[in-house]
Amino acid sequence: MDATTPQRATDLPVQEIDVTTDTRDILAHANQGAKKRGLQDWLICDVDAHHVETVSWHELVEYIEDPVIRHQAMLFHKEKLGGAPYGLNGDMGLKYQDVGGRIPHQASLREKTEPGTHRDVTLTRRAMQSLGVDYMVLFPTPMLTLGLHPQPEMEVYLGRAYNRWLIDKVLSVDSRIKTLAYLPFNVPAEAERTIEEFADKPGVIGFCVPSTRHKPVHHNDYMRTYAMLEERGLPIAFHAAYHWQDASLATVNRFLGMHALGFVWCNMVHMTNWILNGIPERFPKLKSIWVESGLAWIPFLMQRLDDQYLMRPSEAPQLKKLPSAYMRENCWYTTQPMETSNMKALELTLEMINAESQLLFASDWPHFDFDLPQEIYDLPFLSEQAKRNILGLNAAKLFNLDPTPVKRL
Amino acid sequence: MTDYLVCDESDIAEGGRRVVQCGQHEIGIFRIKGQLHAWHNICPHRQGPICQGHIYARVIEPVDERGQVRLLQYDEGDQHVVCPWHGYEFNLETGRCNGNDRMKLFRAEIAIRDGAIHVIV
Ligand code: FES
Repeated sequence: MDATTPQRATDLPVQEIDVTTDTRDILAHANQGAKKRGLQDWLICDVDAHHVETVSWHELVEYIEDPVIRHQAMLFHKEKLGGAPYGLNGDMGLKYQDVGGRIPHQASLREKTEPGTHRDVTLTRRAMQSLGVDYMVLFPTPMLTLGLHPQPEMEVYLGRAYNRWLIDKVLSVDSRIKTLAYLPFNVPAEAERTIEEFADKPGVIGFCVPSTRHKPVHHNDYMRTYAMLEERGLPIAFHAAYHWQDASLATVNRFLGMHALGFVWCNMVHMTNWILNGIPERFPKLKSIWVESGLAWIPFLMQRLDDQYLMRPSEAPQLKKLPSAYMRENCWYTTQPMETSNMKALELTLEMINAESQLLFASDWPHFDFDLPQEIYDLPFLSEQAKRNILGLNAAKLFNLDPTPVKRL
Repeated sequence: MTDYLVCDESDIAEGGRRVVQCGQHEIGIFRIKGQLHAWHNICPHRQGPICQGHIYARVIEPVDERGQVRLLQYDEGDQHVVCPWHGYEFNLETGRCNGNDRMKLFRAEIAIRDGAIHVIV
């Protein structure tokens, strides 16, 4: 060390990250990590990232099909002060994900964006570039509880408006941004109409059922929807969420507990019904994706259902193999939020779900529990091929995407 | 090892910070209870920019003699920097992670010479 001629340290341009910080500054270390690991040459598909569609709700309501509801919604946004987004249900004030301001990017992304390009395109591009992602599948956020709407027709109006708005403003601008289009699942005939209308639209690579709802996925009314998706080779995704109105979680007072259980419980219930009612037997080519419930629940449910099934096979007569076999062969899972506090448990989980072909990387950016591609890259117990599959190649196969990386890190 | 001149000692007020680039290294220097503490800007969780996070006092929940609780409180004597990526909290004096004693921030070496702060890294 030469103490007589010190070099000058330079201040980082961002001293303290807040809600106005640019995504590229928040994720600067992620970008460095991706470069260091050589992810430029790896196909990275992020199967679950989000935007906050309610920021653009005034634009979105212009896409409502029903002229009377559209008119009402536009007036609502023009004239009402201090109102919630028109027609939207949900826990609007109970969204504590940012941990009391500790995680600013979860609270909001108020960074400057370029005029002339839609905010959501710019923010998504910045996230893709920072994380090293080639394709990003964008999901809405507050709309994920629309399945609990007291007016089933409102899910139809808003779901369709969202699909049309997203295609028009975001997907048609950048072919690297994709969607699993919103299915208004509470009205089966409208779900079928949605598939007819949107299956071939740019950027649509499948359909999504937000999981917080009280409709049984095995009801006969849904069989045509499943058949239509199977025929077209398009996956159906069940995207989890929490909600404080769930009576089974009524005693949970901390958001931590609500988030930990709510995001898993809804998909555990749907998966149980999906398997025990033999949906994979009836639609063997239909690919279901279970999104944002993490992974630790899957080995639990596999073991639980297998044990119970063997004692009561007469109650699930359509099954020709163990429930866990369907969960391993007919279902796909997104990684995030990947539980990593016990690596042995994670290794066993990945083995049990046959991660090499069934697991899809998801970041969930910009949410507080987002994951980075490097979490998969750094796992000590996976082969390079397994990592490549999970990070992008499984998704490319499932969604029929070109497996050549297109990003510039 | 290289010596980097950061700023005058008085430039970092109580509760303040300076996050600087020293060659390949990013270092955050904080003043807590009058003392300077320097940490590498690498969160032990997933390498997030820990030193660029907000500072919060640790939250406690006092339990009364009946075992009951009523209000949450801040323990102002226990200041944490919160990682802006996922919210892990670290004591700014010890570098210890709130909730996991085995996880710690990486301390950086500093020296004060002629009233100026230097990082040696
Ligand atoms: S990287 Fe710091 S909390 Fe995750």
